Amino acid sequence: MKNAKVIIVGGGLAGLMAAMKIAEKQVKVDLISLVPVKRSHSVCAQGGINAALNTKGEDDSTWQHFDDTIYGGDFLANQSPVKNMCEAAPGIIYAMERMGVMFNRTPEGLMDLRLFGGVKKRRTAFAGATTGQQLLYTCDEQVRRLEDLDFVKKYEGWEFIEAIIDEAGICRGCIAQNLASMEIKEFLGDALIIATGGAGMVYGKSTNSTINTGSAASIVYQQGAYYANAEFVQIHPTSMLGDDKNRLMSESARGDGGRIWTYKNGKPWYFLEEMYPAYGNLVPRDIASRAIYQVCVEMGLGIDGKNQVYLDLTHLPEEYLNKRLGGIIDIYQNFYGDNPKKVPMKIFPAIHYFMGGIHVNSNHMTCIPGLFAAGECDYMYHGANRLGANSLLSALYSGTVVGPAAVNYINSLDSLAAEKGQKSGAQGVKHQQEIHNKITKMHGTENPYALHAEMGEEMTQNVFIVRHNKNLAENDQKLQEYLKRWENINMLDNNSYSNQTIMYVRQLKNMMELARVITLGALRRNESRGSHYKPEFPERDDENFLKTTLAAWRPNGPQFSWEDVDTSIIKPRKRQYSKPKEV
Amino acid sequence: MPAYIHLKIKRQNEPNAKPYWQEFKIPYNPNMNVVSALMVIRQNPVEISGKVVDPVVWECNCLEEVCGACTMLINGMPRQACSALIDNIFKEKGSEKPIILEPLSKFPTIRDLMVDRKVMFDNLKKVKAWIPVDGTWDYGSGLRISEETQQLVYPISRCMTCGACMEACPNVNKKSKFIGPSSIAQVRLLNAHPIGAMHKKMRLKALIQKGGIHECGNAQNCKRVCPKNINLTRHIAYMNREVNSYALRQFLEED
Ligand SMILES: Cc1cc2nc3c(=O)[nH]c(=O)nc-3n(C[C@H](O)[C@H](O)[C@H](O)COP(=O)(O)OP(=O)(O)OC[C@H]3O[C@@H](n4cnc5c(N)ncnc54)[C@H](O)[C@@H]3O)c2cc1C
Repeated sequence: MKNAKVIIVGGGLAGLMAAMKIAEKQVKVDLISLVPVKRSHSVCAQGGINAALNTKGEDDSTWQHFDDTIYGGDFLANQSPVKNMCEAAPGIIYAMERMGVMFNRTPEGLMDLRLFGGVKKRRTAFAGATTGQQLLYTCDEQVRRLEDLDFVKKYEGWEFIEAIIDEAGICRGCIAQNLASMEIKEFLGDALIIATGGAGMVYGKSTNSTINTGSAASIVYQQGAYYANAEFVQIHPTSMLGDDKNRLMSESARGDGGRIWTYKNGKPWYFLEEMYPAYGNLVPRDIASRAIYQVCVEMGLGIDGKNQVYLDLTHLPEEYLNKRLGGIIDIYQNFYGDNPKKVPMKIFPAIHYFMGGIHVNSNHMTCIPGLFAAGECDYMYHGANRLGANSLLSALYSGTVVGPAAVNYINSLDSLAAEKGQKSGAQGVKHQQEIHNKITKMHGTENPYALHAEMGEEMTQNVFIVRHNKNLAENDQKLQEYLKRWENINMLDNNSYSNQTIMYVRQLKNMMELARVITLGALRRNESRGSHYKPEFPERDDENFLKTTLAAWRPNGPQFSWEDVDTSIIKPRKRQYSKPKEV
Repeated sequence: MPAYIHLKIKRQNEPNAKPYWQEFKIPYNPNMNVVSALMVIRQNPVEISGKVVDPVVWECNCLEEVCGACTMLINGMPRQACSALIDNIFKEKGSEKPIILEPLSKFPTIRDLMVDRKVMFDNLKKVKAWIPVDGTWDYGSGLRISEETQQLVYPISRCMTCGACMEACPNVNKKSKFIGPSSIAQVRLLNAHPIGAMHKKMRLKALIQKGGIHECGNAQNCKRVCPKNINLTRHIAYMNREVNSYALRQFLEED
């Protein structure tokens, strides 16, 4: 349709890929992002991106990638979309290569591949230990070119605060606020794509960037989209705990030969290798995290009596490490002081990734027509546990799906937002201006930062590696109290220009709403599956819980329902990593 | 162990307002960095005099020195605040002297320590730092790149567009349009790629426009401040040779 426009919120891999695909179809894009898109969180990804390129003489195939992903996700992911993703993966990587990503090379000049968790074949393409950075920069370059060609208009330094939904229930764009001038403005568009990434800040500290609040996803959930499988939160086994954030030490460290150990009876104990002989240090993340937790918290065998074990690279040749893991070695050394080439790193599990997210259909559209979601903020590809190096893939892949799907959707419309969205847009601006004015006048006694820290600690205490129903129920009580205390916040900043506290206070409320979905979703799921582990219910229970959790926002709290999982291709089987996986 | 961290921060309420200084003392903890110190101030913004003030505004995101957002002047040096560990600063300068934080001076200030680095992204546009592919679709494998080339240019691909090199370069100033060291290095990265190389000329041409490579005065500050240790001076020297031979060829062909 002529003069149609798509609004994309988020310029990480998913949003940028969607923008490219839409521009290729000659449709214009407004791209809204909190930060210059080149600083999006995708920049943090270290280890690599999966695709069965089969260039290592190991008989790899997209089918095996598919089976590993489904098995790794404990059979909770819908199978058809995952299969499509695995089949598209090699093409995506080759396109990224053409666009300029400097992947590591073999002596023949082919892309090199490394081993990752939960798999037996080398399938992970990488650019040193800064793969996300290189992928993001390459997409950023392409989108800059599209900007130069007038297909894309970027609005960096704007925060999405509301979707525009007209009287007929159709999404017509969004309302966003400028982070410097604080102007609130409507962005009318015929489709709205939310590509806003993960929500680590809900837990206060995580491996995520500080902008990963999940606020945008929470907003569309509160406006009527379903939020799915919130309880599945990935806890990465190897991170360096810090006061300001937990810094990731990529799985590639183990993929390239790193070993995990602690002392038992005065001798090094390589417990993962002992417990899971078939996969050793490369068991999936949920399993490794539980083992480390068990060794430290339950057996009290952490190094120096603390919650930490060693991740050891010291046996590997220095040049090999420099070439392949330089990026993360720098991070450890810069922030911790020790040189991982000489001294084993001290690590512990930390909140890392959200398998759950905004519920979408196979076209990445939510139940609200015109409202789409892609990237880490959707729920589609990872089931109950994500395999390492699969989320850069799902972010890019979902961008390739959502872009064309949004254009197709627009072609089916009989009128455009420019005429149909105006009224709702103006109402939205007015409504948000009122909220803004209300927040600026909040002069209660609660410190927003302290309140956030408190919530983060409770979440990390109660909705972490090991979950108990009693704690989950109590946690929800606490969250309801926090929501009340939020009303009594003190807006610390009185400057009306570039006021970060106002935005933070907005985000905090949205994080609380999302935290409730995570907590109550976990409470309802009385089984253990993937990252969700309850000692009271230690087994997977397909009969009752081979289902997607759906949450709908209600004023008193989330209302839950279940949806069947597409298991049409691979029959669910028991997931165990002590033995080789039969395909 | 020092009891507190003393910070002296240059503040500015909005783009055209007058800057002013404020000082803060916060409790010391081991392993802190400048961002975590700023977070403490943000939570409880009380000046050294006891006066409650507006929280300090700054930019940060990844907190692991890959996004480039939190670049500022720390004791006069442009660097990322997240990787500026307080303990290291104390080791170098002692804990008595205040740590001085200022916004980068070569970019317009938005508020306090936050600046607008849009010009750097515009410079990337000027040098056409992209590869003009036919499309994003899949047409199979094909590229070969030698390990040697990859290892040579991979470090350039880690440039975070953080602005440290622009800040340190004497030739980037109010009077000049110099695109700065980082954009020049990006040209080398893109020209080294097999498809990028097909479009070499458009980038070389861009490098001889106003504000181009000839405005480098070889002060070599850029290399010293680059947080990713990119050998910027070497890449600029290489591009200089490329540009010269391009210009010469242009001259001969046009004659
Ligand atoms: C430390 C670390 C290492 C990782 N390593 C790997 C790896 O090796 N391999 C792998 O496959 N995966 C890895 N991951 C996961 C992977 O990086 C992410 O899942 C993926 O990059 C997410 O991409 P995205 O496009 O969905 O979102 P992001 O890259 O997070 O982008 C989100 C975008 O949305 C914008 N945004 C957010 N909220 C708003 C709002 N309200 N208004 C406007 N804009 C908004 C942001 O500005 C940003 O542009 C890693 C993750 C972490 C934390």
